[in-house]
Amino acid sequence: MSDKGIAISVKRVSKNFKLPHEQHSGIKQVITNLFKKNKKRGYEIQNVLDDISFDVKKGEFFGIVGRNGSGKSTLLKLISEIYVPDKGNIQVNGSLTPFIELGVGFNPELTGRENVYMNGALMGFSNKQMDAMYDEIVKFAELQRFMDQKLKNYSSGMQVRLAFSIAIRADTDILVLDEVLAVGDEAFQRKCSDYFRRIRNDKNKTVILVTHDMASVKKYCDRAVLIKNGKIVLEGGPLDVANEYTLINYDTTNTTSGTTANTNVDNNTKKDIYKLAVKPISDQVLKSGNNMTVEISYKLEEKSDLAAVFPSVALYINNAPIVFDTIRDKGVKNKIGINKVRYSYSTNDISEGSEVKFIAELWRRGQYRDSDTELAFTDMKDAVIFKISSTTGSPNGDIFHKRGLWGYND
Amino acid sequence: MKASNILSKKNKILLSELVKTDFKLRYQGSALGYLWSLLKPLMLFAIMYVVFVRFLRFGAGVPHFAVALLLGIVMWTFFLEATNQGMQSIVGRGDLLRKINFPKYILVISATISALINFLLNLAVVFVFMIFDGVNFGWSALLFPLSVLMLYLFSLALAFFLSAVNVKFRDVGYIWEILMQALFYATPIIYPLQTVLNYNNFAGRLLMLSPVAVLLQNGRAQLVGHENVITADQLFSNPIWLIVPYAIIFAVAILAALYFRKNQSKFSEQI
Repeated sequence: MSDKGIAISVKRVSKNFKLPHEQHSGIKQVITNLFKKNKKRGYEIQNVLDDISFDVKKGEFFGIVGRNGSGKSTLLKLISEIYVPDKGNIQVNGSLTPFIELGVGFNPELTGRENVYMNGALMGFSNKQMDAMYDEIVKFAELQRFMDQKLKNYSSGMQVRLAFSIAIRADTDILVLDEVLAVGDEAFQRKCSDYFRRIRNDKNKTVILVTHDMASVKKYCDRAVLIKNGKIVLEGGPLDVANEYTLINYDTTNTTSGTTANTNVDNNTKKDIYKLAVKPISDQVLKSGNNMTVEISYKLEEKSDLAAVFPSVALYINNAPIVFDTIRDKGVKNKIGINKVRYSYSTNDISEGSEVKFIAELWRRGQYRDSDTELAFTDMKDAVIFKISSTTGSPNGDIFHKRGLWGYND
Repeated sequence: MKASNILSKKNKILLSELVKTDFKLRYQGSALGYLWSLLKPLMLFAIMYVVFVRFLRFGAGVPHFAVALLLGIVMWTFFLEATNQGMQSIVGRGDLLRKINFPKYILVISATISALINFLLNLAVVFVFMIFDGVNFGWSALLFPLSVLMLYLFSLALAFFLSAVNVKFRDVGYIWEILMQALFYATPIIYPLQTVLNYNNFAGRLLMLSPVAVLLQNGRAQLVGHENVITADQLFSNPIWLIVPYAIIFAVAILAALYFRKNQSKFSEQI
C-alpha cells in the first residue's frame, strides 16, 4: 500500500478549529449556552487548512513556507500526528521525529544528561539507542563539562544548543523541523549549516523544514510549498517559492497603502489632504539591472500650489536612508486635481538581495533651496518595497556593489 | 490502546522516565526530601489520633484502632493522590501534548504509579507501627495486595475519566475536591463502622456499598485482624450486595477507558 519512494503523502487534508468567542471551558458556560434563546454558537469555525495535498519523496529536503497564520504549523502538527485531520489522510513511511519546538519536555530541575534521556524517551527512543547517540549529542552541543549540572544553570544559548543537538542527532528517517535555524552563536550556526548540507545529500534522511528564512530555503531545500490562507499557492523549486513568498509579503503591504485612517499626528495628516500615495509600477521582485519604478500621485486644489509644490521620494536601502532624490530642479508641471508622477531608479549599483523601500514626499518650494518645507509624506508602513533577487542566497548586508578599484601610486 | 500496546518497549521506557522524573522532582528543594512522603501521613495521623481517638474517644475499646486508623489514612491518601494527580496529568503536561505525539494514557498511568510508590513507602511505616502495636499477622495478610490492586484499579479508572473531562471542563477539579471531602466522611476511616451501625443499621450498610469503604475495611481486616474490623461480608447475607462495589469499579473502568479513548485524539487541540 505504500509507495517506496514516498516518505510522506498528504492527501486532501482539511483542518478546522473551533474558536470560542469567550472562554467556554466551564460548566457554567455550557449550561448558559443550553438555555440561550437564540442558539447562536459560542464559537466560529476557522478553516485552517483547506484541501491540501502534496508528496514528499524519500531523501528530500522539503520546505514549507508561508506567512504567520497561514496554517503551516498546523500542517506540521498534522504530519507529526499531534493533531488529527478532519478530512483526508496523511501517510508517513518510516520513523518520524518532530521538533515543533526545541527542548520539548525539558525540565530545569533535571541535569543535562537526564533531560537528554527524557527527551529521547518522549521521541520514542530506547535507552540503548540513546546511549548510542548520547556522546555525539553532547559533543555537537559542546557541553561536555556541563552535562551533570541542572538545566536551570545553563544559559539560554546552551539550552537551545543541547535541544538542537538532540534534534539533529536523532537517528530517524524523517525529521520535522519548525523554524529552528536561528539558534546559537555564529560558530554553532556554521555547524548547523554544515549538518544541513550533509543531511541534504543523505538520501536516507528526509527533512521537512518550516521557516520564514528564505535564505535557508534557497540554501538547503530541494523543493518547497508555499501556503497562503490554508491553501497551497505554489509547489516547486526553492527559488520560485522563495521569490513568490517575498512577493506575497509585499502584496499585503500594498493593499493597506492609500487606505489611510491615519493615526499619525503632526503634519502627516496633510497626506490625506493632498491624497499623497505611492504605488509600484515595475515588478517588486526584480533582477539586478532592472529599474524600480513607482508612481506618486497627489492632489492639488489651490492655484497658488501649482508652481510651488513638488514631489520627492526617499529611498531606504536595507533600512538605511541613503538616497534622497527630488525633481525640484526638473521643473514641475502641476495641474489642478490629481497629479501623477513616475520615478525610476536603477538597481545596477545596489547589492543583490537588498530590499529597497520607497516613500513619497510632498514639498513646498521656499525662497532658497534650504527653506523648502515638507508638506506631507507617506507612512513607512505604506512604503513600496522592492526586492532585488539573489541567486546566491542571503543578502550579504552590503548596500552597494563593491566596484572600487585599487591602484599603485608609483 | 490497551493491553497490547501498554507494555510495548517504547512506552515502558517513557513510563519509567516519567515516573523517575516525577520521583526526582517531587520534593525538589525541600530539606527533608523524601522524608515528607512519610511525615505527611504520620502527621495527619497524629492530628486525627489526638482529636478523634484521645479527645472524642472514637473506637474506644476496639483493639488496634490506632493502627487501623493509620492504615485507613494511608490508603485514603493514596486514593486521593492517585485520583488528583491522575486528573491533572493530561492538563498539566499540555506543553508536551502540543509539541509531540505519544500515547496519552502513559501520563495518567505515570501519575497514578507515582502515587502508588508513595503509598508503598507509607505502608512500610504502617508495618513498623503494627509490629510495635503487637498485631498478629494471619494468613489473610497475603490477600492484602489484592485489596491494594483493586483500590489502584479504581483510582486509575477514575483518573482516566477525570483527566479526560478536565481537558474540557476545568471545573471538575473543584467538584472532585468537594466530592472527595464528602467521601472521606462517608467512609469509615476516622470512626469505626460499628458506631454508624449502632446509630442506624441501614446507613452503615449503605456506606459499605462504596468501593473505597469496602476495600479499606477489607484491607484493615486482612492486616489488623477480622475480629476488630467489620467487613462487607459480615453485613450482607445476600451476595448481590457484596458484588455491587466491584461492579461499580469495573463499570467505572470500562466507561472511563471508552471515554478517554474517544476523546484523546483531541486533547492536544483542546488543552
